[in-house]
Amino acid sequence: MAAPTQDSNSWRGPRTGRPGSGRREAAWGEVSDQLDDWIAIEKDESVTAFSGKVELGTGVRTALAQIVAEELDVPLERVHMVMGDTARTPDEGYTAGSMTISGSGTALRKAAAEARRAMIEMAAERLDAQINELRVREGVIAVTRQPERSVSYAELMGGKSFELQVSDKTKFKEPKDYQIVGKSAARADLPAKVRGEASFIHDLKVPGMLQARLVRPPNPAAKLISVDADSVKDIPGMVKVFQRGNFIGVVAEREEQAIQAAKQLKVKWQEAAAYPNMQELFTTLRNQPTEDQALVEKGDFNKALAGATKKIQATYTQPFHAHASIGPACAVADVQGEHATIWASTPGPYPLSGALAQLLNIPAENVRLIFMEGAGSYGQNGADDAAADAAILSQAIGKPVRVQWTREDEFIWEPKSPAMVMEVRGGLDAKGNVAAWDYQVWSPSHVARARFAGQLVTAQLLSGQAAPQSRFSFGAERNAPTNYAFPVQRVTVHYVGDSLLRASSFRSLGGAENTFANESFMDELAAAAGVDALEYRLRYLTEAREREVLEAAAKRAGWESHPSPRKDKAEVAEGRGVAFARYENDQAIVACVAEVQVERASGMVRVKRIVVAHDCGLIINPDGVKNQVEGNVIQSLSRALKEEVKFDEMRITSRDWETYPILTFSETPEIEIVLINRPEEPAVGAGEPSTVTTAAAVANAIFDATGARVRQIPFTAERVREGLGD
Amino acid sequence: MSDEIVITVNGKRHPVQAAADTPLLYVLRNELGLAGPHYGCGEEKCGACMVLVGAKATQSCKLPVSEVGQTRITTLEGLIEEGELHPVQQAFIEEQAAQCGYCLNGMIISTAALLWKTPHPSELQIREALDGNLCRCGSHLRILRAVRRAESLLIGEEG
Ligand code: FES
Ligand code: FES
Repeated sequence: MAAPTQDSNSWRGPRTGRPGSGRREAAWGEVSDQLDDWIAIEKDESVTAFSGKVELGTGVRTALAQIVAEELDVPLERVHMVMGDTARTPDEGYTAGSMTISGSGTALRKAAAEARRAMIEMAAERLDAQINELRVREGVIAVTRQPERSVSYAELMGGKSFELQVSDKTKFKEPKDYQIVGKSAARADLPAKVRGEASFIHDLKVPGMLQARLVRPPNPAAKLISVDADSVKDIPGMVKVFQRGNFIGVVAEREEQAIQAAKQLKVKWQEAAAYPNMQELFTTLRNQPTEDQALVEKGDFNKALAGATKKIQATYTQPFHAHASIGPACAVADVQGEHATIWASTPGPYPLSGALAQLLNIPAENVRLIFMEGAGSYGQNGADDAAADAAILSQAIGKPVRVQWTREDEFIWEPKSPAMVMEVRGGLDAKGNVAAWDYQVWSPSHVARARFAGQLVTAQLLSGQAAPQSRFSFGAERNAPTNYAFPVQRVTVHYVGDSLLRASSFRSLGGAENTFANESFMDELAAAAGVDALEYRLRYLTEAREREVLEAAAKRAGWESHPSPRKDKAEVAEGRGVAFARYENDQAIVACVAEVQVERASGMVRVKRIVVAHDCGLIINPDGVKNQVEGNVIQSLSRALKEEVKFDEMRITSRDWETYPILTFSETPEIEIVLINRPEEPAVGAGEPSTVTTAAAVANAIFDATGARVRQIPFTAERVREGLGD
Repeated sequence: MSDEIVITVNGKRHPVQAAADTPLLYVLRNELGLAGPHYGCGEEKCGACMVLVGAKATQSCKLPVSEVGQTRITTLEGLIEEGELHPVQQAFIEEQAAQCGYCLNGMIISTAALLWKTPHPSELQIREALDGNLCRCGSHLRILRAVRRAESLLIGEEG
């Protein structure tokens, strides 16, 4: 993975740790090895575990607690996770890329095992016994033969710090002895949420807190001509109309007053075009200068293609998608002079606290960033920007300020999942085998996280300066190569500098788009060779574990072998399609079978059933993984069938749920999941992998049903109708 | 004052300080300190802000507080009776029917209203009843299972 570049004005914050914490300065991506940074044994027998990662709605809080409880041998309900607080938790950068379990999970597992080892040593001394005479149950260490000789973790350590380093030598528990890991655990956060207890950043109340709304320009290129603060004078409770550059916020005592003020405020903008012509989006994207990365070069493609009996080429496109979190961004900031406390649902508390320190022009160590849950974000939505908005307004007023973005703010200003173009060429030999494969993708960087202030919308509006172009490009290479053993292949990423609309990470980065293109094209080749799509894939999968996943999906789906298309002549044609991927080529393995109905007259697609087989190594929480897979399938289906951010040169026109519809209950298919547990394999992330295969499986099923090939996401009725011809 | 607005929420009467045209949502969240109903769109298009107005699942994000009148409002918090979760709430936990859970409020409120009116809904009726409630995390199938479980828990209660 490309290391993020260190920006010259990036910060490295020494943090004020908990008392007794051995915290020291940690550079980017370097994880603390101080035991006290991860685990604390409390006096009341509970265990506090600290993670710099955050809960983005995927249930990692519960999974991490399971890991700690398992290694320590304490009941799950005694473990309390503290996540993403720069004053209390280790710096673990961003919560992203399904890395929480492999990253924070591994660190916590080590720390818990180390803590257990250390406490057993202490107990041996205290109980005057040999280490091998002791056993641990529910946080109590006892002499196995005389269990009345015992001491609890809390008696040994309650409230004290370990002052130890986590070593690499500590032995972990054997997976076969697991009691907690590998079993479904109920989500710890759910009871409070169903009771309506304050759970989200949106629910936070800080004494003396004021309410703010923003008045944004029509687009990022517009310039402020004038703002008439008097136009809201009559609103009771008005505290301030704050304007600097193109940034305007209205602050009032009560929320409805701020809402009213944002509506009523008279503002004049000088408008200018800010976006490309949507009709020419993909040519505009592609015609930019590129920075190329050759990811795979195996054999001589041109020669192999020249010798091929059949040659095929296809172009696939991916429009901009919105994260479209159900709860728009919200944040609270309390800036007092040189010190700031900011509550935000950011995926990166440490990096954001540095960016906000720059923005506020105060020392980084004076900014405490406390993560609070937002609505599911699946990447970078407006959360970081809202934190900056709140910080600026609080600094201006000297009181705590809560900022709530509107639905429209979120749709217009959140960074989108970038548009991409994928072009694939292939050649078949006389036997219908893949003789040559060439994959090219044009994409901007998928990552533009707020590591420094200039990347925040707030800073851009304040200064009138556009976002700096990303200094490194990342994400479009994800799953650009396949795991198929083609004899001759070439895979190239063409990075373009301008994303055209503000873009940043969305679940799987380029993984979903690349898999859509790869797996659609694989299907086109199978069809050209006259071979069943499943059989054709199996020809090129060499690893047993990968084949097993594909076969498991086919088996559960009741796959009927035949070359596509069936060309079902019925008015409502039926078909099935398959797609396969190994996430990031070496992580979780996913196969997906989709069954669809296509209404010929209209081109309308109905997805009836989706079957997913999923291997993410050791499973920590089976129901948690299932939940993630269901969510991934439904969300990616929504993206494939319905979603496209629309815009003209002046405006983003997808600004509410009518102009950006998502999948509803009536449109949700049946989903069946086959989880393949591999207790001896490392646990890899399950938050994203199953998002990548859905679009291709559905496109392939549409083709199987009708012979119409859809290469443009979303698969709207018009596009399918067009593909049907006649 | 004759024009003072008083609303009945979760069985208690509350005089309202907000202006008459203030959407009910903000009164509930900020004056009554309730955190069940959430802001999602402010346009009656997502269901995050739903409450029961009488027995009807209703978006509270645009409804002026002055129009509530004497009708009893029940929020997510108000479904709890003497510390006991409502069967619909219980069912959502048992089915682990959420990811981020931001949509949960609306889902539970809609389900409670549906099962009140139609104790044994068809699959189609359930889906249609929930179509006004959006979930971005894709918890749909779990939510549908939770509705079914709530249906049987409610029968258990009657019997
Ligand atoms: S917030 Fe009321 S329906 Fe969306
Ligand atoms: S669970 Fe996140 S929006 Fe429904």
